[in-house]
Amino acid sequence: MSLNPSPDETPGLRRRFIISSLIVAGIFFILALRLWYLQILGVDHYRALSERNRIRYVAIDAPRGTIFDRHGALLVDNRPAFTVSVLRQEIDDREQLFHSLEKLLEIDDEQFEERWQAGQGLPRYRPLPLLEDIGRQAMEKIQENSVDLPGILVEVKPFRSYPHGDMAAHLFGYLGEVDEEELRQTEFTSYRSGEMVGKTALERMFEERLRGTSGQKRIEVNVRGRELRQVTTRNPLPGQRLYLTIDIGLQKVAEEALGTNAGAVVALDVNSGEVLAFVSRPTFDPALFARGISGDEWRDLIDNPQHPMTNKVLRGQYPPGSTFKMVVALAALETGSVTPSTKFQCDGRIKLGSYEFRCWKKNGHGSVDLHKAIKESCDVWFYRAGLEAGIDRIASAAQRFGLGESTGFPFGGERSGLIPTREWKKKRFGTSWYDGETVNTSIGQGFVLTTPLQLATMTAALANGGTVWRPQIVQKTVNLEGETDWIFKPEKLMQTAWPAESLQAVQKGMEAVVNDVGGTAWRSRLKNVRFAGKTGTAQVVRRKSDEEEKLQKDDEIPYQYRDHALFVSYAPTDNPQIAVAVVVEHGGHGSSVAAPIASAIFEAYFPAVKSDAQQKIASGD
Amino acid sequence: MFDRRLITHFNWPYLLLILMISAIGIANLFSATSSWSTAVQPVYLKQLYWLGLGLLIVAMICVFDYRHLEYLSFPLYGCNLLLLILVLIIGRTSMGATRWISLAGISVQPSELMKIMIILALARYFSEKEHLRGFSLRELIIPGLMLGVPALLIMKQPDLGTALLVLCIGGTMALFAGVQRSAIAFLTLSGLASVCGGWFLLHDYQKQRILTFLNPERDPLGAGYHIIQSKIAVGSGGFSGLGFMKGTQSQLSFLPERHTDFAFSVFAEEWGLTGCLLLLALYCLIVVWGMHIALRANDRFGMYLAIGVSAMLFWHIVVNLGMVIGLLPVVGVPLPLFSYGGTSMVTTMIGVGVLINVGMRRFMF
Repeated sequence: MSLNPSPDETPGLRRRFIISSLIVAGIFFILALRLWYLQILGVDHYRALSERNRIRYVAIDAPRGTIFDRHGALLVDNRPAFTVSVLRQEIDDREQLFHSLEKLLEIDDEQFEERWQAGQGLPRYRPLPLLEDIGRQAMEKIQENSVDLPGILVEVKPFRSYPHGDMAAHLFGYLGEVDEEELRQTEFTSYRSGEMVGKTALERMFEERLRGTSGQKRIEVNVRGRELRQVTTRNPLPGQRLYLTIDIGLQKVAEEALGTNAGAVVALDVNSGEVLAFVSRPTFDPALFARGISGDEWRDLIDNPQHPMTNKVLRGQYPPGSTFKMVVALAALETGSVTPSTKFQCDGRIKLGSYEFRCWKKNGHGSVDLHKAIKESCDVWFYRAGLEAGIDRIASAAQRFGLGESTGFPFGGERSGLIPTREWKKKRFGTSWYDGETVNTSIGQGFVLTTPLQLATMTAALANGGTVWRPQIVQKTVNLEGETDWIFKPEKLMQTAWPAESLQAVQKGMEAVVNDVGGTAWRSRLKNVRFAGKTGTAQVVRRKSDEEEKLQKDDEIPYQYRDHALFVSYAPTDNPQIAVAVVVEHGGHGSSVAAPIASAIFEAYFPAVKSDAQQKIASGD
Repeated sequence: MFDRRLITHFNWPYLLLILMISAIGIANLFSATSSWSTAVQPVYLKQLYWLGLGLLIVAMICVFDYRHLEYLSFPLYGCNLLLLILVLIIGRTSMGATRWISLAGISVQPSELMKIMIILALARYFSEKEHLRGFSLRELIIPGLMLGVPALLIMKQPDLGTALLVLCIGGTMALFAGVQRSAIAFLTLSGLASVCGGWFLLHDYQKQRILTFLNPERDPLGAGYHIIQSKIAVGSGGFSGLGFMKGTQSQLSFLPERHTDFAFSVFAEEWGLTGCLLLLALYCLIVVWGMHIALRANDRFGMYLAIGVSAMLFWHIVVNLGMVIGLLPVVGVPLPLFSYGGTSMVTTMIGVGVLINVGMRRFMF
């Protein structure tokens, strides 16, 4: 049964079917043609695009070279640190994300938003660090909740670690992210933004050797950026190891001896210029910088009136005070008119025109020769001797001890100190030199400025007979294969053949300072080693009048007006090995504050029994 | 009622063809969703259940003579039209479109059903009205309304893809019934005019899709993302493909909608041109075979039914494939037997059932 006739009755129907079958086949042919176009002609293009979708090349930070002391004790190390980063391309609602992160880690007021904004310029697929150096527990918490934190990942990066805390921090310096300005310089072309770079001191100076070579890994990611597979295509190569001349044991003693005082201590090997201890206090915790210092922490350091960020060994410039007297003595002896046995009468003061210059001892030292003048630090003897020598001869002697010029210490920012001359004054002030200024210079006051490092090299030269060694901090660097890549050879800056009797007279005076009754550092003498030294007390403000002195006791003087306490020394006296310079800012007197610090260093450096000390010397330490 | 001839005349090869494509489709879904969480029931298994249901539908349809449908076609069409109106009033809205309606606890998509009903209704209309010189414009008014009213209602939901398909199916059937050249010319011109005018009636996202189709790179992470990723997947398949379950675009989820509209891209990436041409041949075969059934149909109603179903399959295939290989804009049209989805499976299998039904009864009077 049918409502309508059979289709065969419609004419041309078969033709219509054939045509439409052809149309269908034709359209399918077009589809096939398009597939051929995409899959055969376009295969390389599309495979490359597909690869770009799923393959990310990520740099692996190389561990920085580690730093050791002269005996191979580890001073600066690396440790794996967990950093929480965010893949910004995956985040739709960052406020919510930050909120859940804060809730999970039970922290608040973290500057997530700030860091997000700061990272706007980086590619969106590059992980942006939000929180550095979280603990293992926090890391596990995040891993457990990773499903609820899409786009958050925990990266492991090598961070600097300091087994000895803030010890010798000024020597190591600190790291920071390479900044925009650095990135524009050619020397930093191989750096990625966000990479850590040495900013100061050793980290900066040996950046090239310490940095190592970053590796690369090829990561296959899914559409959410989650890492699925990773292939390390290039392993990171750690940087070179640095072996310092520092003796960490001695460093520790020096730091502890200086304690909470502000100041600097330098210990040098007398015969090579190797730095054995290098202390600038107060100091900073370099670990703060390893993870990125916060604004508040930085402000605290910068606003501290004791300037913990200043490397006082290199950049602290102090009047040398009485520690300058050896130089003046040698300058005076060069004239020939003054000899070690030349005596001057000290009545507590000398008059020069209408000016009066006082000795520190009001009642005077009586008849004084060179030995006594150094031992008791008689100012009057040196006023006279200085006037005999004249400023230019004093300056010349000072320069031959390396003063007034930077020692060429490998760090940037070393100050040169100041040794005044007539010429200098003319140039600087346009006025001629006055004898009164020579008098002031003779006791290391007035224009004279020295850095603690200069005082140490000067003392080493006094001890070794006149050779100024360039202070050296790095013994050698060792590459990955364990081969020494670069080695330090002692470098003479200058050598002066001082007349033996002059030098000996000065050395004997320094010996008496510590070892003879009445010497200014007699209280600091040691049983295990005989050392020589010279105290110094550098005025920060003009010398007080008698009346003022009566009114104020030392501890009533405001901190910033108190004198600097200095002490320069070497040991042992018969065969000098080590020179130590101590500056305690606003510490008071060199004899009571600075000398005990040097004494503590010598006591630690030389073993209790002398024969052991000889062995130690023989073994080259 | 049951007749042994039902078994002997049943078009087994055609069913086999359908099953082959379905099997490939399910294997492809297995690959496309393998990275998914195992907590929920796997998609390929669900698709297998839908296929079972689909075969049941084919069997049920084949038991009854399709000629009974002739009487029911207009009432069924009318009911569907009512449902389309109801959807607009009480339908369930999701993702900016109102397509679903709950009937006695079952969610149905009246727009999808309309693809079948328009075939039934127009088959009846064209089988009764015959114009040897072809339909003139005036004579096309009634079938035009039968087609236009549901298409407009569907477009209102809005569901541009389905509306377009309904129009294509109806248009194809009308062309088969014969249309005068002048009417074709007029319709083409007014069609072009309304496309230009209709631009202003389109939703923003629809405009976006069209603009992005013309230049996918203008929004590579937004509207252009689908088509770019799909082309990457298809193109990187190359000649022989990356291998089953080895397509990175799909396995690493770069390809969106890879179990539904873009299922073919997964297949193209993993099987390459070789696999694609084979699949294309199979699809071409079911369309041409459907037309062959139409040609050999016992009566005009059967012929138009078969033509309508073939057209439905054809347009689905062409629009979907054209979309995933970047020849046509992205309109949400599933690939029959390949894209996951119960609705598509049921619609396709009703069509297949009707086609086989028409084919097996050409000997019966």
